[in-house]
Amino acid sequence: MAQGKVYSSAKAALADVQDGSTILVSGFAGYGVAWSLLDALVEVGSKDLTVIYRDGPLPEGTGARLPAINNLVTNGLVTKLISPLPFLPGNGGAIEERWLSGDLQIEILPQGILVERLRAGGAGIGGVFLPTALGTRFEGDKERRAFAQGEAVLELPLKADYALIRVAAADTLGNSIYDGSGRNWAPIMAMAARVTIAETGRIVEPGELDPEAIISPGIFVNRIVAAE
Amino acid sequence: MALDKERLPREVVAMRVARELPDGGFVNLGIGIPTLVSNFIPDGSVVFYHSESGVLNCGPLAEEDEQDIDLINAGGQFLQMVPGMAFFSTVDGFAMIRGGHVDVTVLGAHQVSATGDLANWMLPERGVGNIGGAMDLAAGARQVIVAMEHTDRQNNAKIVQDCTYPITGKGCVSLIVTDLAVMEPTPEGLVLKEVAPGWTVEEVQELTAAQLLSAPDLKEYEL
Repeated sequence: MAQGKVYSSAKAALADVQDGSTILVSGFAGYGVAWSLLDALVEVGSKDLTVIYRDGPLPEGTGARLPAINNLVTNGLVTKLISPLPFLPGNGGAIEERWLSGDLQIEILPQGILVERLRAGGAGIGGVFLPTALGTRFEGDKERRAFAQGEAVLELPLKADYALIRVAAADTLGNSIYDGSGRNWAPIMAMAARVTIAETGRIVEPGELDPEAIISPGIFVNRIVAAE
Repeated sequence: MALDKERLPREVVAMRVARELPDGGFVNLGIGIPTLVSNFIPDGSVVFYHSESGVLNCGPLAEEDEQDIDLINAGGQFLQMVPGMAFFSTVDGFAMIRGGHVDVTVLGAHQVSATGDLANWMLPERGVGNIGGAMDLAAGARQVIVAMEHTDRQNNAKIVQDCTYPITGKGCVSLIVTDLAVMEPTPEGLVLKEVAPGWTVEEVQELTAAQLLSAPDLKEYEL
């Protein structure tokens, strides 16, 4: 019998994260974030991480708050961030400080490009042509091709070592469901990572979740931990 | 001097934009004045809101005592549950946008050019910007309406011949609604269609860094 997917703690589930790993962090404006896993990753202390996340700060006027990954950056564990919304200038905490001092690389990517690149990575697709970057600085020297429906730019797949996601419930095989807009990036990040770790408030036995309702089938979810 | 004259309140700009939304259409609203548009949908019309946070048919904002941690709009504000809502992941959310399923998006802007180029994600002096989903909306929504103040706080023009800020999309804006005017970017240039009450074409032109072409049926701002 293979090792089960349920780990005793968030820290145990992250114990093999090597320095230099690329980590996908799900979440949208602070919701659907795997907070226990992020806290535990700080404890594990893997360094030189590349972190890919949307999360982002809340926009001005809606109660500015630092992004969920701020603690990783504060502890000097992150070398590079890839995000559509890295921080609010003037209100970006450690991310902004380290970026200004040159200790942190930031790559900005439009949200729809990032998500399709992750989908390509997770689905074994060699690349996708998207119109989004046409004529903008995100086009750069990427290949441009004309199609019947218009021109589009080649975007390459993106994969990662780990994805840290939050799910509403998972059975012990990893089959997972979500809660409202907490779903956001989790299903696609779960596909694009070599190891996906799901944190949840509810771990159940197989059969307790309706198979029709499963959003992330267990094949995409490798480890499960109870939210702490 | 035109600079001191009263301009239209944000709510009136939002009200004007609301008239443009198709009955039964799918609409994505950006932050700022665009968010206010949902308050002014004409009686008898229905609009379905799409949010990149993964919600279709967003309801009104939640009251403080009924905030559900996992039900938010793209601005991170809590929403009420309403019948007919649907949830989806980010990949589906952007398929809806890019695939032409969103009829209209209403966005704010730093600059819009006479030919409809949009710049709304980065002020170059900051060295970093938050692109979010704006670029996908600009490229994918069937219609892009900009709702904004006509100038910045220092009265610098935001409507320009060519954008000097990094652009979000080329030639994507089909209508600009400001606190002074309604304008339509065209390949021939920027057509002035409506002017705020009490303002002259010359005064609006003074605060616009692109040549305005008066529409044959130019009229007062129409609500």
